[in-house]
Amino acid sequence: MERDDLIEYSLHGHHDEATGKSIRQKIYKVTLLLTVITVIEVLIGASIKQSSDWWSTVKVLFILLTLLKAGYIVMVFMHLGDERKYLRNVILIPYFIFVLYLIFIALWEGTAVGTVWDKMFP
Amino acid sequence: MAGHSAQLDAKTLWGGKESPFQTSYGKLMMWFFLVSDALTFSGLLIAYGFTRHDAQDAWPIGEETFNSMPFLGHGYPLLYVALMTFILIVSSVTMVLAVEAGHRMDRKGVTKWMIATIIGGFFFLGSQAWEWSHFIHGSEFGKIELADGSVAIVKGHFGELESFQVLEAGKEHKAGAIIKDDLMHQYQHAAEKGHLEAGKIHLADGSVAKINKAHDHDMKLIIKKSGKTYKVGGKEITGKEAEKLYYEALYSGEENRVIYGANMKQNEYGPQQYAQFFFFITGFHGFHVFSGVIINIIILLGVLSGTYHKRGHYEMVEKTGLYWHFVDLVWVFVFTFFYLL
Repeated sequence: MERDDLIEYSLHGHHDEATGKSIRQKIYKVTLLLTVITVIEVLIGASIKQSSDWWSTVKVLFILLTLLKAGYIVMVFMHLGDERKYLRNVILIPYFIFVLYLIFIALWEGTAVGTVWDKMFP
Repeated sequence: MAGHSAQLDAKTLWGGKESPFQTSYGKLMMWFFLVSDALTFSGLLIAYGFTRHDAQDAWPIGEETFNSMPFLGHGYPLLYVALMTFILIVSSVTMVLAVEAGHRMDRKGVTKWMIATIIGGFFFLGSQAWEWSHFIHGSEFGKIELADGSVAIVKGHFGELESFQVLEAGKEHKAGAIIKDDLMHQYQHAAEKGHLEAGKIHLADGSVAKINKAHDHDMKLIIKKSGKTYKVGGKEITGKEAEKLYYEALYSGEENRVIYGANMKQNEYGPQQYAQFFFFITGFHGFHVFSGVIINIIILLGVLSGTYHKRGHYEMVEKTGLYWHFVDLVWVFVFTFFYLL
């Protein structure tokens, strides 16, 4: 049985020329930002050696800049920022629960394995 | 139970009419697929981090491993991967512009930006093919095991091979002949087999030839595995000392003292797992890009034939757009964890 009372959400994305213009401006701004971040990352990567005292700071900085880039891609390019709060949560919360757990267990087990290696092959 | 249902008010019941997320089924499913795919990539990158964390040998450093540019040679750390990242970001931007044009039912705009996105995708795939080829063939010096048992990678300018002058005849070459073809390939093959000795090469046909080679410049050895004398993180070995140590090992006549490039068994950059992770993670991502380009082409055909215009909305473009942005998103993480850190 075909239902005629269902809402066609695909049509909700439509907008007029004026809205389109402001969306495009936002896209260009984000493009510039992503490019600048990438350039900064490469400059730092090429100029600061891994043996340098600054390296641990640089590592954290790289990860933060990457998360910033990822945030802009997901929220602006993939429009997740414009979706309903429930949709956003249903995508992000399960993902972060699993990934944080995976990172935790990898670090925990990695340290244990490292200790074993060191004991067996000092 | 029938008594209870009579008390329910039909007006306040959710009749399945309205979606709690207020999106179409297709878009929601694309998001769920992306979450599962994101978990796959997270698993791979975390496994990479785990292996790197407990690897005993020094792990390769991105700026040392990836410092070549097409047509320009060596000495451009990370520039090529940065360019690849930029290409992928730009193609992501053209995709989001196609989606925006779709929201205005601008069929010409969608076509234009979809074509730009597909071109960007092909550029990225080409770049990755070059990167793989370069990774597999390796550097001109290779990785060398020094006399004290330490292992070093070599930086600097490799003096060009000019010719091989045959001294003792073999099955193919006569004494006095000058060989000018395919020198590098024969040289590296002989080096791996231990068929080099002070300035001479034993060719595959059994002949012995003198190597005419320009001088190397600015040679530098970076120790990746500690030996008796030289340690990881120790002082850099440069100049005459580096050349002496390198050629001593190269002319030792022993097999497998030098390794060029990478395969599934060994590689010149670092521990064996490094190349395996490189092939798997960048390969799996490259496969995503490839399928993304194919899907984009199929959707472009739909746009050109007017299917979506007749349907009244360009949501198919939006859905493939989500996939395409996801590919860009994964690359951002691969770039950081594989090349920068």
